[in-house]
Amino acid sequence: MEMIGEIIVSALLVVGGFFGLVGSYGLVKLPDQMTRLHAPTKSATLGVGAVLIASLIWFPTQNGDVTWHELLITLFLFLTAPVTGNVIAKANMHMNWRPENIPGPAEDTSWSTYAHPQHDRK
Amino acid sequence: MIRRLLPHPYLSLVLIVVWMLLVNRWAVGSLVFAMMLGIVIPLMTAPYWPDTARLRAPGKIPAYLGLVLYDIVKANWDVAMIVLFKPRRALQPAWIVIPLELRQPEAITALASTITLTPGTLTCDLSEDGRALLVHCLHAPDPQSVVAEIKSRYEGRLKEIFE
Repeated sequence: MEMIGEIIVSALLVVGGFFGLVGSYGLVKLPDQMTRLHAPTKSATLGVGAVLIASLIWFPTQNGDVTWHELLITLFLFLTAPVTGNVIAKANMHMNWRPENIPGPAEDTSWSTYAHPQHDRK
Repeated sequence: MIRRLLPHPYLSLVLIVVWMLLVNRWAVGSLVFAMMLGIVIPLMTAPYWPDTARLRAPGKIPAYLGLVLYDIVKANWDVAMIVLFKPRRALQPAWIVIPLELRQPEAITALASTITLTPGTLTCDLSEDGRALLVHCLHAPDPQSVVAEIKSRYEGRLKEIFE
């Protein structure tokens, strides 16, 4: 049992390491800020996910302790990753893009990050 | 009365479960404290979240989460292959606009988060009137097919869950 656990955990750690490495390499390789944003926000989800599953399997097979913290880390990661991605993307839209170069939504409206705040509107 | 005390029943439930998992040890005292948190936090944050999320078919959520997890694994592989083997010149990043049929803010948030978590696409902004999402694609030779896939694969299912 311990042997099987160790094999699965090792395999998961290798997978996690591989995707973490690819994510970091993507940061170096991809051509501009917007595409660079894709590599770490994504590969991180699977890379960190594999490491967390490894940890989730390691403790019960080694000394019988069941721990749920990895599940919570996954939950918090899935909640926070889209928010950071969104904020960095908006900062990019202001610093490196003009509104004319981005396809707009339906007529008479614009993307909310370019819109002027209207205080009288609820 | 119940509505006043528990403005967001699902949030209360999630807070209780999260607190119990954080404590990581079963004890009645922890459960009582978790319930106190589950009541106090939604009450304190209620002014910032005035409308309640309506779920029409909560039973379909696990199937949706399973689908998203599967897509995360599959598409992570695709992005890894793009990063490792695609030469820079062959990369075709694109901005796409996704017109929304969903109207509930909670449903739109769920869709936007799903798009960001599944690799290759990143939600960048919501239109002023809340009827379209701006999405950036890492590599999209055919942007229209990406729009169609997101709409049928994720938005349709979320529409069943929420509306």
